[in-house]
Amino acid sequence: MRHIISLLMENESGALSRVSGLFSARGYNIESLTVAPTEDSTLSRMTIVTSGSDEIIEQIIKQLNKLIDVVKVLDLNDGRFIERELMIVKVKANAQYRDEMKRMCDIFRGRIIDVSDSSFTIEITGSSSKLDAYIESIDKAAILETVRTGASGIGRGDRILKV
Amino acid sequence: MSSNHISGAEIVIRCLHEEKVKFVFGYPGGAVLNIYDAVFQQNKFKHVLVRHEQAAVHAADAYSRSTGKVGVALVTSGPGATNAVTGIATAYMDSIPMVIISGQVPTYAIGQDAFQECDTVGITRPCVKHNFLVKDIKDIASTIKKAFYVASSGRPGPVLVDIPKDITAEKYEFSYPKSVHLRSYNPIVKGHSGQIKKALSLLLNAKRPMIYSGGGVVLGDAASQLTKFVRAIGSPITSTLMGLGGFPASDKQFLGMLGMHGTYEANMAMQECDVLLAVGARFDDRVIGNPEHFLSKPKTIIHIDIDPSSISKRVKIDIPIVGDVISVLTELNDLLSKEKTKQNPSLKHWFKDIDQWRSMNCLSFKNDKKLIKPQFVIQTLHKVTKGDAFITSDVGQHQMWAAQYYPFDKPRRWINSGGLGTMGVGLPYAMGTQLAHPDAKVACVTGEASIQMCIQELSTCKQFHLPIKIINLNNRYMGMVRQWQEFFYGNRYAESYMEALPDFVKLAESYGHVGMKIEKPSDVEPALKEAFSNKLKERLVFMDFITDQKENVFPMVPNGKGLSEMITAEDL
Ligand SMILES: Cc1ncc(C[n+]2csc(CCOP(=O)(O)OP(=O)(O)O)c2C)c(N)n1
Ligand SMILES: [Mg+2]
Repeated sequence: MRHIISLLMENESGALSRVSGLFSARGYNIESLTVAPTEDSTLSRMTIVTSGSDEIIEQIIKQLNKLIDVVKVLDLNDGRFIERELMIVKVKANAQYRDEMKRMCDIFRGRIIDVSDSSFTIEITGSSSKLDAYIESIDKAAILETVRTGASGIGRGDRILKV
Repeated sequence: MSSNHISGAEIVIRCLHEEKVKFVFGYPGGAVLNIYDAVFQQNKFKHVLVRHEQAAVHAADAYSRSTGKVGVALVTSGPGATNAVTGIATAYMDSIPMVIISGQVPTYAIGQDAFQECDTVGITRPCVKHNFLVKDIKDIASTIKKAFYVASSGRPGPVLVDIPKDITAEKYEFSYPKSVHLRSYNPIVKGHSGQIKKALSLLLNAKRPMIYSGGGVVLGDAASQLTKFVRAIGSPITSTLMGLGGFPASDKQFLGMLGMHGTYEANMAMQECDVLLAVGARFDDRVIGNPEHFLSKPKTIIHIDIDPSSISKRVKIDIPIVGDVISVLTELNDLLSKEKTKQNPSLKHWFKDIDQWRSMNCLSFKNDKKLIKPQFVIQTLHKVTKGDAFITSDVGQHQMWAAQYYPFDKPRRWINSGGLGTMGVGLPYAMGTQLAHPDAKVACVTGEASIQMCIQELSTCKQFHLPIKIINLNNRYMGMVRQWQEFFYGNRYAESYMEALPDFVKLAESYGHVGMKIEKPSDVEPALKEAFSNKLKERLVFMDFITDQKENVFPMVPNGKGLSEMITAEDL
């Protein structure tokens, strides 16, 4: 099953490679990994999207907790949470595609952030599956380029990950 | 600059003094010249110059294994650090507390492919508990303090501190932190009381209770608490290779070692028990074989371990107890002392089964008039040393025979590489052990292949007058490899024959030691007696025992099979 794991770690050089090294050394999947400093600049917040059986996820959490630089780990799937990912897509917007691309962008509540004679650059946010659905819905031949941030997640309501 | 400013190199030395380090094992080079200059000007610890950095780390590791203190090694950048990696990985796999200090090229040269530069922190990251690159002289003292704390607390392990050369020359004031706090690191010490109560009641009400103890008991200095507990509840107990000595082997509750080369009775009892208590052990592949087969006989499993990630890793645990083994065992003992019936009435019946398995006499072997049996050498070693020596070993058949035929009654007496299985550790392990215990008998049980992997250390032994006794079980084969080839590869002995062996007697003599070659069974005991006699008390003796070439280690659980699927000597 797909899990989103959130963690807080010391904002130190090398901390990221300890986490990514752990995943490759133990053969765990990484679907995406995002990391940036938090409001407290000594801490970084990382979101890892992974998948595996319950036993594997349990091991992943334990192994992450074992890393000396990792301060806190939370499996978002243990409760209710919100997931968001940003995608920027450059699509063909010549006469053939222009209307269609505008329409699809609106349906998926995207925003056109750059325009040229022949292309639109569109920004879309949502769960990773919503972004997948957008890609599925438009004509493949129209896609010039895509870039995705990977998912970030946060617990709903009072579920807070903080030191 | 005020007068209490000292160099970064001197700060390193002062930190080691603060940590009460007695021995530093190392090898100099460009990046650590400042540190060596400071070593030269102090006399609070002894620097032991090895002949290869791998041996420095192994020797520091054995110093730790045999004393419980943190071992310290010092190596230079680049090749010094890469040579140390095997030693670090070996210590990591067996959770040995160590601090390794490595020199690094100057901070301004990092990343420039400078002479003798390598990414030491990157290379060692997967085989250390933690590592640090110190970039500022202000951080040297606090980093070394953290390194000792992290290495020795929780589940112990090696910690590496990489120090660029320029900051060892700069000056700064020295102040050693009294304590450390890492918000991201809080090892759990006390086990959950509710779980501990449940565990005790399960054991007292089991039909076939069994205890399985591992290296964690030795590392956690919990042998006496374990012994007290096991004797009180009266159940049978087995131990892993790493746990030997955690419970006295001569006690009749002890069933011998379990696992791939475990005894018949230990493996059968593991398989057949209904309640299993695992203490400081990790259910690894060499120990329980195939996990599915192991669980095919239903059992309730209780697991005490300091490391949560060891629990339910290979086998699902029913009652996990995360905590320091000594604290949990002490709590178990306290609870037990309040119980009315301490011993379980089903034990009598259970021991009847066990005695039947025992009567297989799975470790029996036939002595020969002409050929020296390796098992006989170990038995005689046990007799001559009255079971009171420190035994280090290398990796191979000789290691298994040492584990099987030298019963250990005390912890920290059996020093070997269990997790990584590193050939070459035997001699440096004996060095670290002998330095820590100068008056003790230290024997290194090795094979003609393994000993050649760190043979240069005979020179270190000469320099430091280490009276180690080397027991070379010379079967002219990489015996353990040959055994697998005999069983599983149709007797095709691919590259497992040791051709062109040196004359070990002359080799030992050329290093200034005593060499002996023993070719007849009747010479085994007299030779060992001589080696351990007062006359040779101060000397390293290299005993080259020419043993039966085709002897195999039994019993054996083939790779991937279940514990009850052993091959015994009688099967062949
Ligand atoms: C560094 C290293 N390389 C290879 C091996 C694989 N290996 C395990 S046992 C063994 C043979 C050991 O031969 P020897 O030291 O003569 O001991 P014996 O088995 O004959 O007693 C080998 C090559 C290893 N454990 N370590
Ligand atoms: Mg051999």
